[in-house]
Amino acid sequence: MKNLISMRDISKEDILKLIDSANKIETGKIKVDMSGKLAALLFFEPSTRTHFSFETAVKKLGGNTFSMSGTSSTSVKKGETLSDTLMTISMYVDIIIIRHIIEGAARFASETVNIPVINAGDGTNQHPTQAMLDLYSIQKTQGSLNNLTVGMVGDLRLGRTVHSLAQALSDFNPTFYFASPRHLQMPAYIKDDLKAKNIKFTELEDIKEVMHTLDIMYVTRIQKERFAVLEDYEKVKDSYIITKKLLEGVKKNFKVLHPLPRVNEITKDVDDTEYAYYFQQARNGVFMRQAIIAELLNLEKH
Amino acid sequence: MKKKQLKVDPIKTGTVIDHITAGKALQVAEILNISNSESEIMVGINLYSKKMGKKDIIKIENRELSEEEAGSIALISPTATLIIIENYKVVRKFFIDVPEKIKHHIICPNPNCITNIESVPTLFFLAGKNPVEVRCSYCEKKYFIEDVKFSF
Ligand SMILES: [Zn+2]
Repeated sequence: MKNLISMRDISKEDILKLIDSANKIETGKIKVDMSGKLAALLFFEPSTRTHFSFETAVKKLGGNTFSMSGTSSTSVKKGETLSDTLMTISMYVDIIIIRHIIEGAARFASETVNIPVINAGDGTNQHPTQAMLDLYSIQKTQGSLNNLTVGMVGDLRLGRTVHSLAQALSDFNPTFYFASPRHLQMPAYIKDDLKAKNIKFTELEDIKEVMHTLDIMYVTRIQKERFAVLEDYEKVKDSYIITKKLLEGVKKNFKVLHPLPRVNEITKDVDDTEYAYYFQQARNGVFMRQAIIAELLNLEKH
Repeated sequence: MKKKQLKVDPIKTGTVIDHITAGKALQVAEILNISNSESEIMVGINLYSKKMGKKDIIKIENRELSEEEAGSIALISPTATLIIIENYKVVRKFFIDVPEKIKHHIICPNPNCITNIESVPTLFFLAGKNPVEVRCSYCEKKYFIEDVKFSF
């Protein structure tokens, strides 16, 4: 692997290899040394959490970061092309981590510069390190990625993370339940991909009836702004809020995941149950990002 | 007027693009840049076809098409067939395959795609055959070929 741009580019073998090395980094079985190397964190679209997570990953590997956030501090304002900005920065650093509102910006970056590029989110398109940390979290809690029953809840139409995760899991024979308001359903192109791979999925308006069958529930936020009529939002909002009560009778290995930040879609009383996993999930993100950086920079492991 | 009139004259040597989706001949002609061509060219639009009901046809004297040209024609009209004529005889007749990879010629309809912002040639991959669908390699959005614009 030279870059990490899209889950479409990475194979099942790549996924398993990265999970294995994230696990070895987390458990201290291998040490990776990035000292003397510099990562550029180019957040043309700001995202505090993803930014911190990458910064932590680089620093824990012993590397250094160079950060940029938003478009105001850069030459973007002066009308310099993205390609010139990237070329210049690539002269100073060893790896570029880029987040941009424009779709395809990360792929374009990887074709422009001669150093590795990691996509930290490009518009509504891809966010592969999020998908990889989700997979790592699932592997850790379930012991395997194979044959799992996964419920996805909330805004499935615009949720980039659920799209990537559904696609990534489709190599591992999952059974999916997609629970969302009718106009926020999983988009047709994702369902087409799943059908082409013979993946079993069911669309529901309420997740309640299948709770006891789930191994994983992945929750995303439903934004009020997505509803044209406020009454419609009021009608559905409670069906997509995860409470401690809803979790009665779930399987022992059941876990709730969420990409964070949450607003009110998971109530606070869920946090204290053995099923809450979203904060550990964020922690897993650091190990996974360490593993990805180590792989792309071909860092020595010992 | 004679009852049976030859709609398009036969050519001696050259290429016939037959079974073009009715109404698409002018677009095909544009790809082949025939307005700047020296060859004799005949374009038939909305001709009767047993198979298709209506079809378009283009006959070009003394010209062979490149693979890229043929591929682009297939994108616009997947039903098109190529007939190579030598000395008034058909020497080869074949369907054109839609190419797996299309460089430059498709404009990405997504206004938020990098190809509409930086100067970078587009690259699309074939994503479905019936009907033809293509996927932008940059923004990864998928489109029906009917919904995209071309630039040649
Ligand atoms: Zn595009």
